[in-house]
Amino acid sequence: MSNQGSTKSKENQVRVSALDNNPAFNFLKRNLASMIALVSLFVVLSITTETFLVGNNLLSVLRQVCVNTFIAFGITCVLISGGIDLSVGSVVAAAGVISVRLANMGMPVIVCFGVALAFGALVGCFNGYVISHTTLPPFIVTLSTQIIIRGVSYILTGGQPAQCENDAFNNMGTGSIMGIPIPVLYVILTFIILYFILNKTAFGRHVYSVGGNKEAARFAGVNVKKVQTQVFIISGIMAALAGIILAARLYSGQPSVGEGFERDAIAASVLGGTSFNGGIGTLSGTVIGALIMGILNNGMNLLKISSYWQFVVKGSVILGAVYIDYIKKSKTFRK
Amino acid sequence: MPGEFLLEMSDITKAFGTNVVLDGVSIQVKPGEVRALMGENGAGKSTLMKILGGIYSGDQGSIRIGGEDVKINTVDDARKYGVSFIHQEISNVPNMNIAENLFLGREFKNSLGLLDYKKMHQEAKKALDALGLDMDTHRLIAGLSIAQQQMLEIARAINEDAKIIIMDEPTASLSHGETEHLFKQIDLLRSKNVAIIYISHRMEETFKVCDSVTILRDGEFIGTKNTKETNEKELISMMVGREFESIYSTHRAEGGETVLEVKNLTNSNVKNVSFELKRGEILGFSGLVGAGRTEMALGLFGIDPATSGEIVINGKSVKIRSPKDAVANGIMLVPEDRKVQGLFLGHSIATNLTFQVLPSFIHNFKVNKKKEREIIETYQNKLSIKMASVNQLAGELSGGNQQKVVISKWLAAKPDVLILDEPTRGIDVGAKAEIYKLMQDLAAEGVSIIMISSELPEIINNSSRIAVMNEGRLVKILDPKTDEITQEIIMSYAVEEGVEEYV
Repeated sequence: MSNQGSTKSKENQVRVSALDNNPAFNFLKRNLASMIALVSLFVVLSITTETFLVGNNLLSVLRQVCVNTFIAFGITCVLISGGIDLSVGSVVAAAGVISVRLANMGMPVIVCFGVALAFGALVGCFNGYVISHTTLPPFIVTLSTQIIIRGVSYILTGGQPAQCENDAFNNMGTGSIMGIPIPVLYVILTFIILYFILNKTAFGRHVYSVGGNKEAARFAGVNVKKVQTQVFIISGIMAALAGIILAARLYSGQPSVGEGFERDAIAASVLGGTSFNGGIGTLSGTVIGALIMGILNNGMNLLKISSYWQFVVKGSVILGAVYIDYIKKSKTFRK
Repeated sequence: MPGEFLLEMSDITKAFGTNVVLDGVSIQVKPGEVRALMGENGAGKSTLMKILGGIYSGDQGSIRIGGEDVKINTVDDARKYGVSFIHQEISNVPNMNIAENLFLGREFKNSLGLLDYKKMHQEAKKALDALGLDMDTHRLIAGLSIAQQQMLEIARAINEDAKIIIMDEPTASLSHGETEHLFKQIDLLRSKNVAIIYISHRMEETFKVCDSVTILRDGEFIGTKNTKETNEKELISMMVGREFESIYSTHRAEGGETVLEVKNLTNSNVKNVSFELKRGEILGFSGLVGAGRTEMALGLFGIDPATSGEIVINGKSVKIRSPKDAVANGIMLVPEDRKVQGLFLGHSIATNLTFQVLPSFIHNFKVNKKKEREIIETYQNKLSIKMASVNQLAGELSGGNQQKVVISKWLAAKPDVLILDEPTRGIDVGAKAEIYKLMQDLAAEGVSIIMISSELPEIINNSSRIAVMNEGRLVKILDPKTDEITQEIIMSYAVEEGVEEYV
């Protein structure tokens, strides 16, 4: 009843246009604010510094952005389904430690990847199972696993970083193919896979539906518990992948790495338009969000802004972005 | 002559953007008068009342209460002038007790500025007693029924010394008995010279409880009638703006062979429910709220699966453990609460419409856009859903159109048995007629329908046969061919106490 006024006005308008079905137009429309932010950051840094718009620097920014992007992809899926995953930072460390240890045992790279990813999937499965089969809030459950897995990483290493001497493995973080850093190729690959899963499968629509209205999804015959568990598995796998790539880039598995990574990933996801209430979000938006975070970091370093101030700036950017989003929404739904 | 009217709203105009929702509407209400406010969804009833209640402010027009000009800009202003608004969706805090809720925002404090719980409970008890309600004021809201919460709202209104009480579809979630109780309270308020403005879609109630009725259409005042001097047909014609014979179909669906056989279905809320459903019939389920009708449906649909008993579809015994099993066996449910259980309000109509048939156009990582469009257009046309575009959000539609989307969603999945739980709740009269017609059409196409409804006229005028439930049991199946059917007969089965187990 409360929206009777707006309903009437909208029924009188004709909103259908050819553009509505154009994916490129929809992408721009949805991500306009973050695109503008990204482009202006790019332009400003190109003008104010001489070191930003240099091939090497840009490639290294891309390489750095990758780790956060992997995690943010997983987080985006979880947020769309209406959950939150705080355990990712610890999974990054544990997966790095596990893969480096295997690499040092002379295992082939594919085994290092497989075991560490399986570990991530296991953590995700645990998170998802507990969250979907109880009414415990995801925030608390994943906060607990975050602490537990952090402990596991320290136990596995005795607290010491493990140097990695397997060149094939290290190449996964530092190498390039035809000038493109290998981690970037992995990001593209995972983007394509997850894009298809979210947009071109019934499972994808179920993820959006569970986040949009869990009750309606249940009444529609969606296996809500299964969907929730699967989404956390995706998040666990993505965090593990981030951990492997990071370890390869650093030539070592460090149990202390990844502290606060969930923060940057959530920020990237939200900057990209993912709703904290679930049901809304896109991977392409998340890519933009991650690029903004990465370029902001890089730019502030180049501009020699103190790291203390960098926190203030990053926090303000996130708040500003969600505020713009809020303004946009309240205009659409104004009564 | 001052004092004749308690409330005079004159020339009220309100627009949202360019959309005029109220255009110079005036109403006058006397003390002790119960005035029905009727009209289709979007007619402006709620907006008018929200202006009186201080939730919106009017663009033009004036309000006089007790002969004095008043300016109402906030809910607090409205309260000050004795206007109390009982909302359709009740706004209590579940984890607080009755007394705390009753005095929320105007708590009693002692000399130290701390809450005076003793006084709050005493006053709350007094307010409840005045309404003849026997409830412990320490009980949490969370455990109360909607009817009980509504009574609390009324208690709050009286306690605030309200002179004008607005009730927005108060009976929407009430059972017959609870409705009767509410009507008694309304009579009591009338005798205390309180004016009541009663928004409702239900004709029967208007004639039963109201002295007069004001009709709005498309934001305009159409007329005020004395309920004794008008009839249902005239009111409906005023509401829809054209002559209207009946909202019910004259045709009555006839059942064919047995499609569904339910034998001794028992789950956590119903016991030994047995019935047969025939092809192409509409089996109405009547009973009080809480009699187990919805719970029976949830059992059939696998949300609250049967713990014992048998479900036989087309002669084959099936196990239904989840909604997925139910859908696989052709049993589908249009749930009671379409906003919470039926729709993804924040998603597009397209997404909602196609949700049950995703595999038919999404496979191998490809979305067949053309097929998707076809499905959407089929049901958009079949049910004449009014929308700006299929990309419009489901939450922006009116209740009637939302219900059509939920029904379409299931029709796309080709149901054999379609369960409709309160299919016309909160839907205006025009859309109601469309949904009744749709049910008859579907039945004629061979879909077997179970319709659960708390509105007796709806049950009587649509059903091929009528099942009556009472305290979790199915106590009687009435067949118009052999049984006399009146509201009184149905109610007598619905309220009968200490029923023997029905075999």
